Amino acid sequence: MSEPKKVQGDLVLSHITKSFADFTAVDDLSLTIPKGSFFALLGPSGCGKTTTLRMIAGLEEPTSGKISIGDTDITYTKPYDRPVNTVFQSYALFPHLTIFENVAFGLRRRGIKDVDAAVEKVLGLVELAHLKNRKPGQLSGGQQQRIALARAVVNRPALLLLDEPLGALDLKLRRQMQIELKWIQTEVGITFVHVTHDQEEAMTMADTVAVMNNGKIEQLGSPADLYESPKTVFVANFLGQSNFIDGVVESTDGSNVVANIQGTRITFPKSRNNASGSALKVGIRPEKFRLHDPGDNTHGNVLAGGKITDISFTGVSTQYLVEMPWKQELVVFEQNDGGAPDLVKGDPVTLSWEPQFTFALDGASK
Amino acid sequence: MAIAHVSAPDAPIAPEKKSKKFAYILLAPGLLWLLIFFAFPLINLAETSTKTPAPTFETGEFVQTFRFMNFLDAFVDNQEQFYRSFIYALLATLLALAIAYPLAYAMAFRAGAWKNFLLIMVIAPFFTSFLLRTLAWKQILGAEGPVVSTLQFIGLMSPDGTITATAFSVIMGLTYNFLPFMTLPIYASLDRIDYRLLEASGDLYANGATTFRRVTLPLSMPGVVAGTLLTFIPASGDYINAQLLGNPDNYMIGNVINSRFFRVVDYPTAASLSFLLMATILIVVVIYIRRAGTDELV
Ligand SMILES: Nc1ncnc2c1ncn2[C@@H]1O[C@H](COP(=O)(O)OP(=O)(O)OP(=O)(O)O)[C@@H](O)[C@H]1O
Ligand SMILES: [Mg+2]
Repeated sequence: MSEPKKVQGDLVLSHITKSFADFTAVDDLSLTIPKGSFFALLGPSGCGKTTTLRMIAGLEEPTSGKISIGDTDITYTKPYDRPVNTVFQSYALFPHLTIFENVAFGLRRRGIKDVDAAVEKVLGLVELAHLKNRKPGQLSGGQQQRIALARAVVNRPALLLLDEPLGALDLKLRRQMQIELKWIQTEVGITFVHVTHDQEEAMTMADTVAVMNNGKIEQLGSPADLYESPKTVFVANFLGQSNFIDGVVESTDGSNVVANIQGTRITFPKSRNNASGSALKVGIRPEKFRLHDPGDNTHGNVLAGGKITDISFTGVSTQYLVEMPWKQELVVFEQNDGGAPDLVKGDPVTLSWEPQFTFALDGASK
Repeated sequence: MAIAHVSAPDAPIAPEKKSKKFAYILLAPGLLWLLIFFAFPLINLAETSTKTPAPTFETGEFVQTFRFMNFLDAFVDNQEQFYRSFIYALLATLLALAIAYPLAYAMAFRAGAWKNFLLIMVIAPFFTSFLLRTLAWKQILGAEGPVVSTLQFIGLMSPDGTITATAFSVIMGLTYNFLPFMTLPIYASLDRIDYRLLEASGDLYANGATTFRRVTLPLSMPGVVAGTLLTFIPASGDYINAQLLGNPDNYMIGNVINSRFFRVVDYPTAASLSFLLMATILIVVVIYIRRAGTDELV
């Protein structure tokens, strides 16, 4: 029956490290999650997302570092004393309790007065009020997911942690729940920390996305920011696809960088250059390329001498593999809107793209 | 509802016609077995229970007179042992529960790598016979045994005191002998609890004690119910412990039935007592399952 102190504010992780025996799952991670935001933690399997979440929830103690909400240090606070609730990946609904009692669980533990009204309200929010007398075993996966969400949200925590809550749902239900989750977050105004390895999910739902890899944050920013200006090869390839061509900086021309990639001179805005030295990895997203017959009028940066080696139709777009004179295969997406020339395997092509879509990384980055 | 709670909490099964027929085929051997080895003797026993001694007064000769007063007589004459049986069985069940629950809990949640070892230790007594183990306790607790001499040496017991031939040693024997039957079902139900449910409970503001009361305990109730039944039922009909570790003042109804059958050769009384015992156990068990099944649903 402990009432957690009214703790409010941004969630701050500073220099959090978590080691299991000789394995470091989370490595000196620092992060600030603004109050009221929808934050997504995105990364491949085993990168330490769940471990990070469990430390925030208090289910795991960090090996070193500090976790605080506002100015309250919660690093070693017991889970039941934290103003934090979790929607578990497995839902973890209590099988012996009705849906109503599952949702009421946290309220009862804190001795809240009007349990009935609060539970009814949140069950209305997830549109499952009619199932309140059932047991969790009698619900579908999607319904259980919503109850798990309701059970956490009803407590109005300062922070709601969601560990791949949509992982078990089929694609259609998943898209629907994404919209609902986003709506609920706006409705209740609680800070959501959403863990996922589905990049599309992270991008559509979150205000801020942190891309995690090997226990570290690779990059943090708005979805558009991460997609348009990835700072590492990992991020560029984890969020969508990218082509990388090795190059060197030749000169700077006003606000533009002039670079040589495999014998061709290109330019791009200085602001798009993240390399510290002159060796570059020049990144271009497949959908930014345009395909031309050789000799057509082009503008922007141009790479000539390509040859189509493969064409695959994917519905909204067609994916081409283009072999360049230096034997690198580039991926190109063209919308199926009649804009691209009719091409077949073996056709010679020229590629072009607008300079501002270029992003340049350190030549040595991996 | 109560039964469903004990066996399968969430298995709504919709049998179809075809699988029903198949189910009967699967059931057949078991039903046949029950018919031959349970139903027939039971009918025989029922028949015997209302007989009276043959006019010849020859030992072991009885005739059917449908004397239902046999039941009342049997009860009135042996009330004391009847009550004692249930009191001893109840105390042994409570003691076994008090010992088994923490043990099973430690095995399920705290034992780590020792889990399987402890499990074997719980089952180990079954490798020797029930009778032998009870006899061993008779030795251990006997007047010449290590316990009594130690207690007498440090002055906690008078020089002529005994442990055997007391209610204490009978109840202790019952507790000891049925402890594995209490421990194993509780362990099984605790071990099955998804650890994430306990984490979820902690996440929802329940501290350790509350989590135990609200989540762990209710989820282990099927094991507790099974364990208490597996202890209480055989304990209330037991006569070995009272015979070996007690004196005639500690005799239970099992001892009476035993001696009626094999020593006095009073089959009708033995049969009546057996029926009374069965009926009482059945009533107690049904009431118990009803209560345990609904109370724990919060
Ligand atoms: N209790 C533990 N003991 C040892 N290693 C652990 C433990 N928990 C996690 N790890 C390791 O830490 C790493 C990160 O695990 P974590 O569960 O945080 O990954 P994740 O990012 O959530 O992955 P997924 O997307 O697959 O859920 C993994 O390599 C895992 O094997
Ligand atoms: Mg995980």
